[in-house]
Amino acid sequence: MNARRGAFGEDAAVVLARHQALLAKPWQRRVAEIGGPIGIIALTVFAVWWLDISFAQIGPGLTQLGKFIALMIPPSTGGHLRLFLKAMAETLAIAFLGTLVAALLAMPLALLAAQNTTPSGVLRFAVRRLLDIIRGIDTLIWALVFVGVVGLGPFAGILAIAVSDTGSFGKLFSEALEATRARERETIVASGGNRWMGIRFGLLPQVLPIIAGMILYFFESNTRSATIIGIVGAGGIGLQLSEQIRTYDFDQVAFIVLMILVTVAVIDWISGKLRFAIIGRRPIAT
Amino acid sequence: MSTGLPTLPQHRLDHLLASYGRDVARRRRQSLAVLGVLVVLAIIASRYGEVDLRNLFHHLAGLTSYFGRIMPKLRADHLTGDIADWYWNALGWLKLLFDTVLIAYLATLAGTIGAGLFACLAAENLAPNNAVRWGVKRLLEFCRTVPDLVFALLFVAAFGLGPLAGVLAIGIHSFGTLGKQFTEVLENIDMNPVEGVRSAGGRFVDAVRFGALPQVLPNLASYTLLRFEINVRASSIVGFVGAGGIGQDLFVAIRKFYYTDVSAILLMIIVAVSVMDIVTERIRHRLSPVEKSA
Repeated sequence: MNARRGAFGEDAAVVLARHQALLAKPWQRRVAEIGGPIGIIALTVFAVWWLDISFAQIGPGLTQLGKFIALMIPPSTGGHLRLFLKAMAETLAIAFLGTLVAALLAMPLALLAAQNTTPSGVLRFAVRRLLDIIRGIDTLIWALVFVGVVGLGPFAGILAIAVSDTGSFGKLFSEALEATRARERETIVASGGNRWMGIRFGLLPQVLPIIAGMILYFFESNTRSATIIGIVGAGGIGLQLSEQIRTYDFDQVAFIVLMILVTVAVIDWISGKLRFAIIGRRPIAT
Repeated sequence: MSTGLPTLPQHRLDHLLASYGRDVARRRRQSLAVLGVLVVLAIIASRYGEVDLRNLFHHLAGLTSYFGRIMPKLRADHLTGDIADWYWNALGWLKLLFDTVLIAYLATLAGTIGAGLFACLAAENLAPNNAVRWGVKRLLEFCRTVPDLVFALLFVAAFGLGPLAGVLAIGIHSFGTLGKQFTEVLENIDMNPVEGVRSAGGRFVDAVRFGALPQVLPNLASYTLLRFEINVRASSIVGFVGAGGIGQDLFVAIRKFYYTDVSAILLMIIVAVSVMDIVTERIRHRLSPVEKSA
């Protein structure tokens, strides 16, 4: 046989047969490759059946949605511009004060939850679990609870964001504290400073820029959250938004959504600038 | 004076101390300025936010007693009976919780499929032309900036109450976020394998299937699982506006002050979310060490 028939003349099947060992896959992989998609499809079919989603709903729903969108153009204030602006200011106030209060509450808790500032394991464990529980409950649920406690209005929203972010901040701050170098503190203690001086002058200067970055980042994300907590009555633009959707005033809905998009973009831009000025271009792990 | 540390001459010392003092004073002024700005902003914000501390203190007792009241009465001598009382609707809630997870599943799946298709159009190295790329990027941005609850409200109005509205709302939001992440992953691939397949005579589809996909699949799967975790949380909330899942019952329980029901449902949600987190985290770690960032 002429070996020189080579690459092109040779039958593909022959080449395949010769390199079978390179192409063969273990059977587990074959099962996963075939079973995976089948499993996903089966679960999808089951979920659609279980949730009783009928495709007959989709057609009329889409026409309805199309009507809504047609009604949205052009967006209009409906003469409520002042009201909407005030609600937007309320939203920003909720995000700002909520973040600020959360940061203030979280700092002592973070000191109690960090390994290098709190020697007592029991105390640390208790504080950490407390933070976990606070964090496990969504901001919107806190908002509902606070509406029940202090009544309808933005104050409930501030408290909701303050409490739920205390959980996240506490965790993030304590991780930042634990990631510091011990050398600075030891220097201060070795040259005669006490524990508090060590923390104040050796530890905090290391973490403050990082913490400031986190706070700004959360302010951005809270601006988004604060736009929706009004839906459960905790103040801000969300209240107006859900009212306009309920009354089918879609031109005003469109206007409010545009307002939210612009505000969020502006806040992101400002806070991003500040963040980069403080810590440089570094991503924040959340 | 024979011993002692060598010191600088007095005029040098004075100079150094003075410049140190200036430096400290400058930083102190900066800190005070930042503090001042924060205080002014806080005062303005508290006017708009209708902060009423008297109201808070007035109700603070109410808040603590609220948490007291949502705690179930569990007595050691008939613990099983008390737990049965607390979880009187355990089966109903379990079904709703299962609904919640399935809503998150369908939404994640829909979002992933959409994001996978559109990411190819938005990635710099794959996009057919710049106009399409710009358009798709804006679309993704819109989908992730509008909160999912706003979509849920709209879809409940259009499609009626029920899980379909929730699936669509969370799905669209996932589409926006995953689309962005997928685009970034696709933009960072090594083009050599793609060109290799091309130069060996592969078509565009072959190049994507054998050159690009194997590189990105673990990352995409990891992002998708992370999104699923987030969506389980989101789908337990969309019920607040009538878009299916356990949120509806939680909403009713909080609004109508069925105290022990609140704690029962909350506990179930927290446990379910934690279990989902742990499971998906396991899988994610097995897939690849992608940085958690969302």
